[in-house]
Amino acid sequence: MSAAATTALPAATPTVTPEPRASRAPLWLILPAVMLFVGIVLVPLAMTVLLSFHDWGQYKGIEPVLILKNWQEIATDPYYAEMFGRTLRIALITTLVTALLGAPEAYILNRMSGRWRGLFLLLILGPLLISVVARTLGWALLFGGSNGLANKLLMSLGVISSPLPFLFTETGVVIALVHVMMPFMVLSVWAALQRLDPQVEHAAMSLGAGPVTIIRRIVLPQIMPGVLSGAIIVFSLSASAFATPAIIGGRRLKVAATLAYDEFLNTLNWPLGAAVAVLLLAGLVLIVVGANALVERRYAEVFR
Amino acid sequence: MTTNSRSAAPLLELEHVAKAFGSHVAVEDFNLAVAPGEFISFLGPSGCGKTTTLQMIAGFLAPSRGTIRLEGCDLTQVHPSKRGLGIVFQSYALFPHMTAAENVAFGLEMQRVSKAERAERVRAALAMVGLSGYEDRHPRRMSGGQQQRVALARALVIRPSVLLLDEPLSNLDAKLREEMQIELRQIQRELGTTTILVTHDQTEALSLSDRIVVMSKGRIEQIGTPQDTYERPSSAFVAQFLGKTNDFTARIEGAGPARIVAGGWSAPAPVGLSGPVTISVRPERIGFAETGLPGRVAARIFQGNHWLFQCETECGPAIVVRPNDGLAQPGEGEAVRLAWRPEDMSLRAGAAA
Repeated sequence: MSAAATTALPAATPTVTPEPRASRAPLWLILPAVMLFVGIVLVPLAMTVLLSFHDWGQYKGIEPVLILKNWQEIATDPYYAEMFGRTLRIALITTLVTALLGAPEAYILNRMSGRWRGLFLLLILGPLLISVVARTLGWALLFGGSNGLANKLLMSLGVISSPLPFLFTETGVVIALVHVMMPFMVLSVWAALQRLDPQVEHAAMSLGAGPVTIIRRIVLPQIMPGVLSGAIIVFSLSASAFATPAIIGGRRLKVAATLAYDEFLNTLNWPLGAAVAVLLLAGLVLIVVGANALVERRYAEVFR
Repeated sequence: MTTNSRSAAPLLELEHVAKAFGSHVAVEDFNLAVAPGEFISFLGPSGCGKTTTLQMIAGFLAPSRGTIRLEGCDLTQVHPSKRGLGIVFQSYALFPHMTAAENVAFGLEMQRVSKAERAERVRAALAMVGLSGYEDRHPRRMSGGQQQRVALARALVIRPSVLLLDEPLSNLDAKLREEMQIELRQIQRELGTTTILVTHDQTEALSLSDRIVVMSKGRIEQIGTPQDTYERPSSAFVAQFLGKTNDFTARIEGAGPARIVAGGWSAPAPVGLSGPVTISVRPERIGFAETGLPGRVAARIFQGNHWLFQCETECGPAIVVRPNDGLAQPGEGEAVRLAWRPEDMSLRAGAAA
C-alpha cells in the first residue's frame, strides 16, 4: 500500500488540477479482485443464507420458499445446542493450551542462538508442510484404542494405570488440534517478540527485577497483543476445523463443521446444513471482531 | 570538588579487565580508578571496546580476565539486578506499556519502597528532568528528548552508586543534544552521582567530563582531563581523534644548537632528535605572519564565529582556523606564511603519513 502511495505521488504533483482519469485508475485496478471476491465469496454466501430459509422434506426435496423452520429447529432442539457448545468448548480449550505452550515456546526460540533457532523453527513449522489429514491420521494411529502407542507409553511410565480413551473423545480432538494449530500461535508471538527492544530486559534487570518479574511485568504485557491475535486465529480455525474432529471424533463426537457436512452429504438436508453453517460463520465473525476490538482498545499503547 | 574527591578511596576500580569473544579481543588490560562524584567518559570510535567495558561494569557481560570492584567489593559475582547501578541505554529501553511515572517507579517498586515515598520520589525525579505534568504519558507519545529524560529519571530515582550512560544523546538532533549536555552536567553536579559516559562524540566528552578515557582497538590510549588530552595528546591517534590537527614533515638541521626546519619556519630543536620529524599543530594555534612556512590559501570557508582556511604548503596540507574578529582575512589563492609557537606543537620521529 505504501509502495503504491509513493509511486502515485510524483505523478500527481506536477499537475495542479486533479485529472479525472488518473483518480479513477485505482478503481479499475481493484476491479478484478473485487469481481473475484464477489464471485467466489459474496454470491455463494448469499445463496447459502438464502438456502437456510428454504424448506426440505424426505420426498419433496428442497422447496424454494422463505420459512424459519430450520432456524426454529436449531433454536429449540437441544441436540444443536450440545453441538455448538462442544464446538465452542473444544475451540476454547485448544486456544488456551496453544497460548500456554506456544508463547513460552516462541520466547525460548527467540533467545536461542542462530543455528538452533533455525532448526527448531523448522521443526515447529514443518507440520504445516504436511496435509492436515495425514497428520491427524498419525494421531489416530498413536491413540488407536487401548493398544495405542500413547497409552502404552503413559502406562509404562506409570502415569496412568489403565488405558485412557483418546479416540472419539474431546481430549483426543483437543490434543490433535493443538498440534495442528501450534505454528500459528508460535508465529504470531514470534512476530510480537521481534518488536521487543532487547535492551528493555537489561533495563529491567538493572533496576533490580528478577527473571520472573521481567517476564511477568515487562515481556508478557508487550507480547500480549501477539498472544491474543494468535488466539483469535487459533480459535476461529479450531471452531471451524473439519478434518481433525472428523477423523479423531468420528461419527460419535460431532462438532458444528462435521454436523453441517453430514446434513449436506448424508441426510441431504441442504437447508438445515446451510443454517448450521451460517450460524457457525456468524458466531465466529462476531467473536473474532469483538475480540479484536477489545484487544486493540486494551493494548492501544503497545500497538501504536 | 573533583580534585578533593580524587584523593579519597576510589569508588569504582577496574583492574586488568579484559574481554575476548572467541579469538577477537574486544577489551585488553583495562585499568581505571573512578573517584566518588567523578564524571568519566569512555571515548573512541565504534568497535574500540568502550560499550563492552560498560556492559562488563553493568554486569551484562562477564569479563574474561581481571576484577571490577565497587566500594571495595568484587562485582564480578554479583548479578546485574543486585549491583544497584543506574543505566541509560542508547535506545532508552523504556517500558512502552507503562506511563512515564510507572517507568520511573519500577525500580523503586523492585526495592519495595512504600507507595507514598514512591509517589513523592517519582514526582521529584520527573520534576528534576523537567517533565512535570507528563506523568501519565506513554513513551510512544513523547518526543526523543522527552523519552531521554524519562530514561534518565528512571536511572537516577533509585539513587545509584554509579550512573552508566551508553551513548544517551546520539539519537537526538544537534541543538537538543547540546541542551541535554548542559542539563546532564548540571544534574550530575547537583546530585554528585559518579557517572560513566560512553560516547564517540569528542565534543560531548570534552564538555561533560572530569576525565576522558580515550580508547582504540580495545586499548586505553590516554586517560586525562579534557584539557590535558586535547592539548597534550599522548599518541597520534588521540591527536587525530580529539579535534583536528595538522601534521607537517620537518627536518632537524645544523649541529650544536640544532633547529627544526619546516620550509621558512624554524625553531630550536630538543636534543636527541635527528632526521625527518613530524610536527603536529592544532588549526587554531596557527596564525598568518610575516615570516614562516610559505603556503597558498586553497579554500576559505566562512563559519559564522570563525574562518576556516585550507592551505597548501611544501610540508603538507594545513587547516587554519581564525576567529571572526572583524579584521581583513587573506582571500582564496593568496600567498600566506604560517607560523606557530614552539610550545603549541608536538613532535614525533619520522615523516608525516
